[in-house]
Amino acid sequence: MIDILYFAWVRERIGIPKEKLDTQAATVADLVEELKAREPRYEAAFGDVSALRVALDQELANFDAPLAGVREVAFFPPMTGG
Amino acid sequence: MTVRVQADPFDLVVELGSFAAGRSDVGAQVSFTGIVRDDTGALQHMLIEHYPGMTEKAIGAIEATAVTRWNLKDCLVIHRYGALRPGDQIMMVATAAPHRADAFAAAEFLMDYLKSRAPFWKQEVTAKGADWVAAKDEDEDALKRW
Repeated sequence: MIDILYFAWVRERIGIPKEKLDTQAATVADLVEELKAREPRYEAAFGDVSALRVALDQELANFDAPLAGVREVAFFPPMTGG
Repeated sequence: MTVRVQADPFDLVVELGSFAAGRSDVGAQVSFTGIVRDDTGALQHMLIEHYPGMTEKAIGAIEATAVTRWNLKDCLVIHRYGALRPGDQIMMVATAAPHRADAFAAAEFLMDYLKSRAPFWKQEVTAKGADWVAAKDEDEDALKRW
Protein backbone atom coordinates (compact mmCIF):
# COMPACT_ATOMS: atom_id res chain seq x y z
CA MET A 1 0.00 0.00 0.00
CA ILE A 2 1.43 3.37 -0.98
CA ASP A 3 0.29 6.92 -0.30
CA ILE A 4 -0.14 9.02 -3.41
CA LEU A 5 -0.19 12.81 -3.02
CA TYR A 6 -1.23 15.40 -5.57
CA PHE A 7 -0.39 19.10 -5.53
CA ALA A 8 -1.45 22.27 -7.36
CA TRP A 9 -3.32 21.69 -10.64
CA VAL A 10 -2.68 17.95 -10.48
CA ARG A 11 -4.67 17.91 -7.24
CA GLU A 12 -7.39 20.04 -8.82
CA ARG A 13 -7.75 17.80 -11.88
CA ILE A 14 -7.85 14.59 -9.87
CA GLY A 15 -10.10 16.18 -7.26
CA ILE A 16 -8.38 14.85 -4.13
CA PRO A 17 -5.11 15.71 -2.35
CA LYS A 18 -4.21 12.18 -1.30
CA GLU A 19 -5.16 8.54 -1.65
CA LYS A 20 -3.91 5.10 -0.76
CA LEU A 21 -3.37 2.50 -3.45
CA ASP A 22 -2.56 -1.17 -3.42
CA THR A 23 -0.46 -1.45 -6.57
CA GLN A 24 1.88 -3.89 -8.24
CA ALA A 25 3.36 -1.16 -10.46
CA ALA A 26 7.13 -1.63 -10.80
CA THR A 27 7.97 1.95 -11.74
CA VAL A 28 6.48 5.43 -11.53
CA ALA A 29 5.60 5.23 -15.23
CA ASP A 30 3.73 1.95 -14.62
CA LEU A 31 1.83 3.58 -11.76
CA VAL A 32 0.87 6.51 -14.01
CA GLU A 33 -0.49 4.07 -16.62
CA GLU A 34 -2.47 2.23 -13.93
CA LEU A 35 -3.99 5.49 -12.68
CA LYS A 36 -4.79 6.77 -16.19
CA ALA A 37 -6.73 3.58 -16.90
CA ARG A 38 -8.97 4.15 -13.87
CA GLU A 39 -10.95 7.30 -14.70
CA PRO A 40 -10.86 10.26 -17.11
CA ARG A 41 -9.83 12.68 -14.33
CA TYR A 42 -6.50 10.84 -14.07
CA GLU A 43 -6.04 11.04 -17.82
CA ALA A 44 -6.67 14.81 -17.50
CA ALA A 45 -3.88 15.08 -14.92
CA PHE A 46 -1.38 12.67 -16.46
CA GLY A 47 -1.98 13.33 -20.17
CA ASP A 48 1.42 14.97 -20.59
CA VAL A 49 3.89 13.68 -18.02
CA SER A 50 6.60 15.97 -19.40
CA ALA A 51 4.63 18.75 -17.62
CA LEU A 52 4.85 16.87 -14.32
CA ARG A 53 7.38 16.14 -11.62
CA VAL A 54 7.42 13.21 -9.20
CA ALA A 55 8.85 12.74 -5.73
CA LEU A 56 9.41 9.35 -4.06
CA ASP A 57 9.46 9.51 -0.26
CA GLN A 58 9.90 13.28 -0.55
CA GLU A 59 12.89 13.20 -2.92
CA LEU A 60 12.63 14.25 -6.56
CA ALA A 61 12.82 11.25 -8.89
CA ASN A 62 12.37 10.25 -12.53
CA PHE A 63 9.37 8.53 -14.07
CA ASP A 64 11.44 5.40 -14.76
CA ALA A 65 12.38 5.08 -11.07
CA PRO A 66 11.42 1.78 -9.35
CA LEU A 67 8.71 1.82 -6.68
CA ALA A 68 10.06 -1.07 -4.60
CA GLY A 69 10.12 -0.02 -0.94
CA VAL A 70 8.58 3.39 -1.65
CA ARG A 71 5.89 4.50 0.80
CA GLU A 72 4.92 7.92 -0.56
CA VAL A 73 4.65 9.08 -4.17
CA ALA A 74 3.81 12.70 -5.00
CA PHE A 75 2.87 14.17 -8.36
CA PHE A 76 2.98 17.90 -9.04
CA PRO A 77 3.74 20.53 -11.69
CA PRO A 78 7.19 22.14 -11.93
CA MET A 79 7.81 24.07 -8.73
CA THR A 80 7.49 27.85 -8.44
CA GLY A 81 9.10 28.80 -5.15
CA GLY A 82 11.03 31.92 -4.23
CA MET B 1 21.55 26.57 9.15
CA THR B 2 17.88 27.28 9.64
CA VAL B 3 14.78 26.54 7.58
CA ARG B 4 11.36 27.90 8.50
CA VAL B 5 8.22 27.27 6.47
CA GLN B 6 5.31 29.20 7.89
CA ALA B 7 1.99 30.88 7.14
CA ASP B 8 2.71 33.80 9.46
CA PRO B 9 4.53 36.95 8.40
CA PHE B 10 8.11 37.44 9.52
CA ASP B 11 9.82 40.59 10.76
CA LEU B 12 12.86 41.24 8.60
CA VAL B 13 14.47 43.52 11.16
CA VAL B 14 14.09 40.96 13.95
CA GLU B 15 15.36 38.14 11.73
CA LEU B 16 18.42 40.03 10.54
CA GLY B 17 19.09 41.29 14.06
CA SER B 18 19.35 37.78 15.45
CA PHE B 19 20.86 36.05 12.39
CA ALA B 20 24.49 35.09 13.03
CA ALA B 21 24.44 37.46 16.02
CA GLY B 22 27.36 37.40 18.40
CA ARG B 23 29.78 35.77 15.96
CA SER B 24 33.21 37.27 15.48
CA ASP B 25 34.12 35.19 12.39
CA VAL B 26 31.52 36.81 10.09
CA GLY B 27 32.58 39.78 8.02
CA ALA B 28 29.73 39.77 5.51
CA GLN B 29 26.02 39.23 5.71
CA VAL B 30 23.74 39.25 2.65
CA SER B 31 19.98 39.04 2.61
CA PHE B 32 17.31 38.80 -0.05
CA THR B 33 13.58 39.32 0.48
CA GLY B 34 10.93 38.16 -2.00
CA ILE B 35 7.77 40.27 -2.14
CA VAL B 36 4.39 39.64 -3.80
CA ARG B 37 4.40 41.73 -6.98
CA ASP B 38 1.31 42.89 -8.84
CA ASP B 39 2.18 43.72 -12.46
CA THR B 40 -1.36 44.47 -13.64
CA GLY B 41 -3.10 45.95 -10.62
CA ALA B 42 -5.57 43.05 -10.74
CA LEU B 43 -3.99 40.70 -8.22
CA GLN B 44 -6.18 40.14 -5.18
CA HIS B 45 -3.87 37.67 -3.56
CA MET B 46 -1.25 35.03 -4.21
CA LEU B 47 -2.02 31.56 -2.87
CA ILE B 48 1.08 29.53 -2.08
CA GLU B 49 0.77 25.78 -1.68
CA HIS B 50 3.59 23.52 -0.51
CA TYR B 51 4.42 19.92 0.32
CA PRO B 52 4.80 19.75 4.11
CA GLY B 53 7.74 17.56 5.01
CA MET B 54 9.40 17.60 1.62
CA THR B 55 9.61 21.39 1.63
CA GLU B 56 11.73 21.50 4.79
CA LYS B 57 13.91 18.61 3.58
CA ALA B 58 14.45 20.10 0.13
CA ILE B 59 15.42 23.51 1.50
CA GLY B 60 17.66 21.87 4.10
CA ALA B 61 19.42 19.94 1.32
CA ILE B 62 19.92 23.13 -0.70
CA GLU B 63 21.40 24.84 2.37
CA ALA B 64 23.66 21.84 3.03
CA THR B 65 24.97 22.06 -0.54
CA ALA B 66 25.59 25.81 -0.18
CA VAL B 67 27.62 25.24 2.99
CA THR B 68 29.88 22.74 1.20
CA ARG B 69 30.42 25.04 -1.78
CA TRP B 70 31.11 28.35 -0.08
CA ASN B 71 32.77 29.39 3.13
CA LEU B 72 29.56 30.13 5.02
CA LYS B 73 29.19 30.49 8.75
CA ASP B 74 25.40 30.42 8.73
CA CYS B 75 22.38 30.61 6.46
CA LEU B 76 18.68 31.17 6.96
CA VAL B 77 15.69 30.53 4.71
CA ILE B 78 12.15 31.54 5.65
CA HIS B 79 9.37 30.81 3.16
CA ARG B 80 5.69 31.52 3.68
CA TYR B 81 2.64 29.72 2.34
CA GLY B 82 -1.07 30.50 2.26
CA ALA B 83 -2.82 33.63 1.00
CA LEU B 84 -0.53 36.65 0.58
CA ARG B 85 -1.38 40.12 -0.69
CA PRO B 86 0.58 42.38 -3.04
CA GLY B 87 3.42 43.95 -1.07
CA ASP B 88 3.57 41.09 1.45
CA GLN B 89 6.89 39.40 2.07
CA ILE B 90 6.92 35.86 0.63
CA MET B 91 10.33 34.66 1.69
CA MET B 92 13.80 35.61 2.75
CA VAL B 93 17.30 34.22 2.48
CA ALA B 94 20.26 35.34 4.57
CA THR B 95 23.87 34.22 4.41
CA ALA B 96 26.78 34.99 6.71
CA ALA B 97 30.39 34.48 5.66
CA PRO B 98 33.85 35.78 6.46
CA HIS B 99 33.92 37.53 3.06
CA ARG B 100 31.24 39.09 0.88
CA ALA B 101 31.90 37.08 -2.31
CA ASP B 102 30.84 33.86 -0.56
CA ALA B 103 27.83 35.53 1.07
CA PHE B 104 26.56 36.99 -2.23
CA ALA B 105 27.17 33.85 -4.31
CA ALA B 106 25.59 31.53 -1.76
CA ALA B 107 22.52 33.78 -1.46
CA GLU B 108 22.06 33.71 -5.25
CA PHE B 109 22.56 29.95 -5.33
CA LEU B 110 19.96 29.47 -2.57
CA MET B 111 17.49 31.66 -4.44
CA ASP B 112 18.02 29.93 -7.79
CA TYR B 113 17.47 26.50 -6.24
CA LEU B 114 14.48 27.58 -4.13
CA LYS B 115 12.76 28.79 -7.31
CA SER B 116 12.65 25.40 -8.97
CA ARG B 117 13.67 22.74 -6.44
CA ALA B 118 11.63 23.59 -3.36
CA PRO B 119 8.07 22.22 -3.61
CA PHE B 120 6.02 25.40 -3.67
CA TRP B 121 3.33 26.31 -6.20
CA LYS B 122 1.90 29.78 -6.66
CA GLN B 123 -1.59 30.65 -7.75
CA GLU B 124 -2.60 34.20 -8.70
CA VAL B 125 -6.14 35.12 -7.71
CA THR B 126 -7.90 37.99 -9.52
CA ALA B 127 -11.57 38.96 -10.00
CA LYS B 128 -11.53 36.70 -13.09
CA GLY B 129 -10.48 33.62 -11.16
CA ALA B 130 -7.36 31.76 -10.12
CA ASP B 131 -4.40 30.88 -12.35
CA TRP B 132 -1.43 28.67 -11.47
CA VAL B 133 1.87 30.42 -12.12
CA ALA B 134 3.83 28.42 -14.71
CA ALA B 135 7.48 27.62 -14.07
CA LYS B 136 9.78 29.65 -16.32
CA ASP B 137 12.44 28.09 -18.54
CA GLU B 138 14.91 30.74 -17.39
CA ASP B 139 14.48 29.61 -13.78
CA GLU B 140 15.51 26.10 -14.79
CA ASP B 141 18.33 27.49 -16.95
CA ALA B 142 19.57 29.54 -13.99
CA LEU B 143 20.64 26.31 -12.24
CA LYS B 144 23.15 25.54 -14.99
CA ARG B 145 25.51 28.29 -13.87
CA TRP B 146 26.07 26.49 -10.59
